[in-house]
Amino acid sequence: MRELLEFLSLSNANVRYVVLGVMLLGASTAVVGTFTFLRKKSLVGDAVAHSVLPGICLAFIFSQVRHPLVLLSGAFISGWLSILSIDFITKQSRIKADAAIAIVLTVFFGVGIMLLSYIQSTGNAAQSGIDHFLFGQAAALVGNDVIMLAIVCAVLVVVVWLLFKEFSILSFDADYAQSLGLPVRSIEFVLSTLTVIAIAVGIQAVGVVLMAAMLITPAAAARYWTNRLSVMLLLAAMFGALSGFFGSYISYSAPKMPTGPWVIIAVTFIAFISMTFAPERGFFFKWLSKKRKVNTTMDENILKIFFHLGEKEGDALTSRKIAQLQARRYFEESKMQASLKRLCRDGKVEEDEHGWKLTKVGVIESKRIAKLHRLWEMYMSKFLKIPADHVHEGAESLEHFFTPELEEMLEQELDFPETDPHDKPIPYTKTSVS
Amino acid sequence: MIVQVENPVLEVHDLTVSYDKNPVLWNVDFSIPKGKLVGIIGPNGAGKSTMLKSVMGLVDKQSGYVKVFNKDLDEVREQISYVPQRESVDWDFPASVLDVVLMGRYGRRGLFKRITKEDKAIAMASLEKVNMQDYAKRQIAQLSGGQQQRVFIARSLAQQANLYLMDEPFAGVDASAESSILNLLQEMRAEEKTIMVVHHDLQSAYEYFDWVILLNMRLVASGPKEEVFTPELLQETYGGKLTLLDSLSNFIRQKEFPIKG
Amino acid sequence: MSYSFWIILTGALVASSCALLGCFLVLRKMSMIGDAISHAVLPGIVIAFLISGSRSSLPMLIGAALVGVFTTFLIEFISKKAKMQNDAAIGLVFTFLFAVGIIMLTLFADKMDLDADCVLHGEILFIPLDILTTGTFVDIVPRKIWILFIVFIIVIIALRIGYKGFLITTFDPSYAVSVGISAVLWHYVLMTLVSLVTVVSFESVGAILVVAFLVVPAASAYLLTDNLVRMLLIAVGVGVLSSILGYFLAKWLDSSIPGSMTATLGILFLISFLLAPKYGLLPRKLLRKKA
Repeated sequence: MRELLEFLSLSNANVRYVVLGVMLLGASTAVVGTFTFLRKKSLVGDAVAHSVLPGICLAFIFSQVRHPLVLLSGAFISGWLSILSIDFITKQSRIKADAAIAIVLTVFFGVGIMLLSYIQSTGNAAQSGIDHFLFGQAAALVGNDVIMLAIVCAVLVVVVWLLFKEFSILSFDADYAQSLGLPVRSIEFVLSTLTVIAIAVGIQAVGVVLMAAMLITPAAAARYWTNRLSVMLLLAAMFGALSGFFGSYISYSAPKMPTGPWVIIAVTFIAFISMTFAPERGFFFKWLSKKRKVNTTMDENILKIFFHLGEKEGDALTSRKIAQLQARRYFEESKMQASLKRLCRDGKVEEDEHGWKLTKVGVIESKRIAKLHRLWEMYMSKFLKIPADHVHEGAESLEHFFTPELEEMLEQELDFPETDPHDKPIPYTKTSVS
Repeated sequence: MIVQVENPVLEVHDLTVSYDKNPVLWNVDFSIPKGKLVGIIGPNGAGKSTMLKSVMGLVDKQSGYVKVFNKDLDEVREQISYVPQRESVDWDFPASVLDVVLMGRYGRRGLFKRITKEDKAIAMASLEKVNMQDYAKRQIAQLSGGQQQRVFIARSLAQQANLYLMDEPFAGVDASAESSILNLLQEMRAEEKTIMVVHHDLQSAYEYFDWVILLNMRLVASGPKEEVFTPELLQETYGGKLTLLDSLSNFIRQKEFPIKG
Repeated sequence: MSYSFWIILTGALVASSCALLGCFLVLRKMSMIGDAISHAVLPGIVIAFLISGSRSSLPMLIGAALVGVFTTFLIEFISKKAKMQNDAAIGLVFTFLFAVGIIMLTLFADKMDLDADCVLHGEILFIPLDILTTGTFVDIVPRKIWILFIVFIIVIIALRIGYKGFLITTFDPSYAVSVGISAVLWHYVLMTLVSLVTVVSFESVGAILVVAFLVVPAASAYLLTDNLVRMLLIAVGVGVLSSILGYFLAKWLDSSIPGSMTATLGILFLISFLLAPKYGLLPRKLLRKKA
């Protein structure tokens, strides 16, 4: 606990650097990664992340220093080479993209492992840091590294901000971008370059093996919450920063632990939460709205029973017992009770000493459902050529799906017919007959 | 204009097919007589291929049923042969023409029994019927579009079925291949086989088929071509989409909202 | 038998099993699923190790192989039910499982002689030293080699028996279903085999070389032939050759054996990419010039 407080207070200058640095890394890779995600290049991102290893090792072997700028340029060069190799293999042979990605990923990484073991065998004192590029070690960052990384990250974010429009058009529809006369190839080049830089920077914190997740998982999580790209970028950046914060805390409190896996656990956790609870797209939300749909379908069916009984007897406002309703169409009593209570709460039915009866609102609503049922039957027999004895079942399910706009379309396309295919009158409510 | 027949080879009853709760075929209901060359005609996105796939059990039906020779599909699978669209496979696959045609025997022979001399003879005979016997050892990567199509048909012939469902066998083949495939289909019809063909070209349809099914998300017509090829029915099939049906479908489908900038 | 021989044999056995299955992965355009499985089995291996207290025991193999199948299942679930695009679903699932594995390794480092380094390099160097002590002829061959050999035989038998099933469901799955063959079933049979091979190979040669053996020999063979049986044989040949050459490369440069074997695979792929008679870059360029 004390440890956590000490960490959170950021009183130690080095902690401050590391935390801010890793959060910035997380945020900026997530921002750039959002485009990787949207362009469906997640696995290319994985390949590039693995492929920077030989570049880092070579840069180290030649320079013999662990200066971040030097290693970064090595990483940058081999990362770019891997993108070019994947393109070249898929364009110049019958090898498909998936295999090309896997080939480049493994071969580059294999060479990296060879170089790494060479560096280890030479026993250079400065080599200790190189291992950290495999699984990440945030705490190993020192003040100057962090400042430099922060500058690079800031540049990334600014470039994305400046080229926001171009990048988004490219990500959604490259052909369309081309037709607009945009320099697609140049934009693609800039975007790929940013991606490689983001990866080269990010591996300081999470390592090459898990870097792909740092790129795409925040974006994948953000996608569940919004349809707007700008919001998605902000969310992804937030998720990236949050998991970076978590990772650097682990790194601080348990120095033996590699940071990368913890950052990934955190960000994947956020993704699972998003998958489950995000409105519209989350599992939980979908489950809720499905349940709600079942309820409204039930309620509408009850209203329809009232309508049918009223239509037969010529009086829509009679009170009826549940048994009477069941006699017309059977549902379990408990379900009917629950449904009637919901309808009562919505002011569509009310209870009196003789049972349940429709309110004025309820009458209109019940007419609407019956009208939709009969209109849709009409539509099916007129436009879908479905025989009259087959239309009832289809209408039974679809009548519950009409929005006011669709309802209007249906009425207009059929031009307000008087009767349905079974010659029953169609009960228009006053508002719809103008 | 839907002509139902006695003792149909294929009976599709009240079939509704949905992807993600979004109906793409609505209450399709028709039957097909024996020994006819049947064309399924309709615009792009009318659900023609989906129809064949649902008959073969490749997509789930939401409602309705399909009977072949008055039985369920699984009881009579050996009697039916399906020819997928040519583009649905990767022709770079390392296999020879004969390898592919022999796959037509897998269903009957079972996967774990050896391919016999008889199977090979049947496969070669099928290749001869499509005039590809000289290509048996050829790798499929080296075939032209028309040749690929003929290999697919030979594979189907090797099944020795009685009902054939072919998805766009005339798509992307040259004129000579088209006429030789048509000849073959007519020979098959002469042997009392029933052949259902998804076809996109209205011009040639009248000439090619005996029986025509007009489809556009719903069944517009099914019957002898003379009765079905009327300007009204064709207009109804090709005269644009039913906008309401479209909007409703879109609404019901899980809303995969496009992202906005 | 010499030390070098056992190491090369280890590489060759892993290479052969992987290359055979890899051909089907490449033809199904599922190379990256192979990559995902070979990372994702790590937590399975660690858990099984913690439970059984030893490596390469039967429960360990089964447990870890189940994790492999679970991985493919989870990827399909997330992409279909949660509607995440397929590439992102693959990336998300395997990085997560791998991260869990690495954390478990670090947490229980004192309880097991398996560490993060082994994940990348495997323990190929120690394989010849791990000998069974039954007092019979079995002891001549290192324990791990026996296991790899058995798995190799399982792969051969499975492919021999299921050849037609794998062939038809790989080439044309919807046709296969139309004649009553379940494409889903064969998919999972293949995934189970890949998981099994991955698990036993993982410890010996590390995650990356497993992926490399799965994809690179198959892709090289794909450029060299148009016949599936020949493709399978060539892939095995490329795999075995690279483990022999890779071993000597490693010895010569005094570097990581799995790294060198992967690099050798890369060189062999490059050769077939450039020189393959029909599909190589140079022959095609020359042909075009002549024409």
